[in-house]
Amino acid sequence: MTASILTVDDSASMRQAIKVALRSGGFAVEEAVNGAEGLTKAASGQFNLIITDLNMPVMDGLTMIRELRARGSAVGVPILFLTTESDDGIKQQCRAAGATGWVTKPFEPDQLVRIVKKVLGQ
Amino acid sequence: MSDQDPREIFRTEARDLLEEIEQGLLDLVEGTDDRELVNAVFRGLHTLKGSGAMFGFDALAAFTHHCETAFDRVRKGEVRATPDLITAVLNARDHMRALVEDGAVGREAEGEELLADLHRVLALADGPAAADAADPTTWRIGFSLPANAMVNGINPLALLAELRSLGACEVVASTDAVPMLGELVPTECHLAWTVVLHTAEPRAAIEEVFIFVMDEMNLEIEAIDGVEIVAAEEAEAKVDETALGGQASPGQEGRQAQAEARKGGESVRVPAERLDELMDRVGELVIAQSRLKQLASASTDTALRSVSEEVERLAGELRDTMMVVRMVPISTLFGRFRRLTHDLSRDTGKAIELSTRGEATELDKTIIERLADPLIHLIRNAADHGLETPEQRLAAGKPIEGQLTLSAVHSGAEVVITLSDDGRGIDRAKVRAKAEESGLLAPGAAITDAELLQMIFQPGFSTASAITSLSGRGVGMDVVKRTIEGLRGTIDITSTPGQGSHMSLRIPLTLAIIDGLLVRVGEGRYVIPLAAVEECVELSPEQDARSTGRSMISLRDEFVPFLRLRELFSTNLPSEPHQKLVVVSTGEERVGLVVDQIIGDHQTVIKALSKLHADVETFSGATILGDGGVALILDVAHLVAAGQQLEKRLAAAS
Repeated sequence: MTASILTVDDSASMRQAIKVALRSGGFAVEEAVNGAEGLTKAASGQFNLIITDLNMPVMDGLTMIRELRARGSAVGVPILFLTTESDDGIKQQCRAAGATGWVTKPFEPDQLVRIVKKVLGQ
Repeated sequence: MSDQDPREIFRTEARDLLEEIEQGLLDLVEGTDDRELVNAVFRGLHTLKGSGAMFGFDALAAFTHHCETAFDRVRKGEVRATPDLITAVLNARDHMRALVEDGAVGREAEGEELLADLHRVLALADGPAAADAADPTTWRIGFSLPANAMVNGINPLALLAELRSLGACEVVASTDAVPMLGELVPTECHLAWTVVLHTAEPRAAIEEVFIFVMDEMNLEIEAIDGVEIVAAEEAEAKVDETALGGQASPGQEGRQAQAEARKGGESVRVPAERLDELMDRVGELVIAQSRLKQLASASTDTALRSVSEEVERLAGELRDTMMVVRMVPISTLFGRFRRLTHDLSRDTGKAIELSTRGEATELDKTIIERLADPLIHLIRNAADHGLETPEQRLAAGKPIEGQLTLSAVHSGAEVVITLSDDGRGIDRAKVRAKAEESGLLAPGAAITDAELLQMIFQPGFSTASAITSLSGRGVGMDVVKRTIEGLRGTIDITSTPGQGSHMSLRIPLTLAIIDGLLVRVGEGRYVIPLAAVEECVELSPEQDARSTGRSMISLRDEFVPFLRLRELFSTNLPSEPHQKLVVVSTGEERVGLVVDQIIGDHQTVIKALSKLHADVETFSGATILGDGGVALILDVAHLVAAGQQLEKRLAAAS
């Protein structure tokens, strides 16, 4: 079964980059442009993994992660967040909110695929 | 010890540090590429430099600084710890030791030369450390995840799968923390896992697996060796044996033991002389106690008797404790030989692997010190004569690397130390030719194989063609034998042509106090070490008369030669009508000693004979008896040899 991944990012170029990388890695990819849309789409419960940016308009990534976990709409679904710096503070906050792991920007396509596969246990 | 010269304290510390540095370097030589080892060596050098400067060992500090800088580059992974580099640092270490022990005067040139060498090698070694070329290691990884881990998308199966991708592994889950069904929340994670993983990947690769969860989880990663895999198997973790095949070399086990020993527990450093002093006091106490016992046994005072028994018990316990205190693990001795093997390997151009076993075996520290020289000689001999050149080994279908195995094992009141090689074995024809040539053996004389092999211990015996810079250094095998016998030990050889030789040294645990059998011959009293006594039988007047001139007695269908100590000691008193025969043995050979009376067992505090009596062979020492009298201690090895010679003479005459 093809694993389905939701990518949440306000930057179209970033969404595109992630989509290309993950599709080449054999995943199906859906997009959302901010946390609020991500929350709605994730509620459908069809995703195996969610990748989200942190700084977004309307609803930021951290809030979305917290909400997803709080509402129980992503139980057991790994959530990765994108972060530009290896700032431990933000990582800690995200993890406390229920994130599974992170991907450091900038990343190589195969690096992203590797992390996704790692988290999915593939 | 607060009044000690701080420089002296530093010297003691420095010796330990240098020892650790050497061990670390040698471990690195043997390919256990380990950050921990590199760090340990670096730390050692660093401490040595720092303390050296503090206590005015400026030359040492300056010299060590260069080595530290060099090794820092290894630590940072800028250069690889090549064998040449290790050798250079080992040589530098020797120089440091000389600086510590003998001072810096006149050593500047030597230091310069060593540093130049070090820098040359360092330039060659330039290049990133080949960390992944490391030998496969077995790791034990224990981890448990926070309860909400699975809800948050962490999949333990994914983690385990990733560990599996690193190498063969076996997983055991612990359900100890799983709550009762009624309280169980299905999405919570309460399992803990123990994974035994065999991988060539570095530790960092294992940590990488847990990168997203490391901070919130319990994670323990430790390298284990073959021994502990057995323990893991008990936990039903049957490790993939093919994957582990041949990874746990015996040496590794030894090094682990050494590392354990080095870590040690809480301990106090005491100068050796104080221990010797204490031992002397205990010896005197034991003597005084035996006087007390004698007085008490002659008295009717029950209170005195009970005190005497109490003192006897305490003195015995004190003696036993004292002996244990003096015991040190033989690893302190074996450790030195790794360096020796390293140097021998370089000098002979033969690849030599020294494995050691039973390093935890403990022996009296004086004995350990005295064993060093004979063992060095035996190892030199084995490396030089025993092991073949790589070409010869190849031709003989053996692995190029020659194996030397040094093992120690307790056997009763003795320790058996065995040195084995897998070399060419002893050439009997050569030994015989040499023995006949040097007049040690009559041409064509029939002797047993064991006797022939013992020939190499004869003074003046050396196969001339074999003298090299290594083993032809003056001390012969006769000195080895004499030293071992001086320790009341014995040495046995077995050798199979083409397959190698075994030298077995049997050494008593202690030199200070032994259990002895007190006997009387004429008016004199003598002690026979109890460990050597096989049995005591009565020698009836008839047997005595019958055996005149033949001095053989049949014991359960076996003829045993015997010596009349009365004759040996020129006692003029008439003999008792019922003499006793004490049968003593050293390994294979045995001999009976005829005495007038067996008095009983005796805690024998050994006092060395004076220098004036150094050439007395029949006695190995003296002891003081409870009544203040003196008893001489019989040298059993010598008496057995004398008895066997007597037998031979008689056999030749008949």
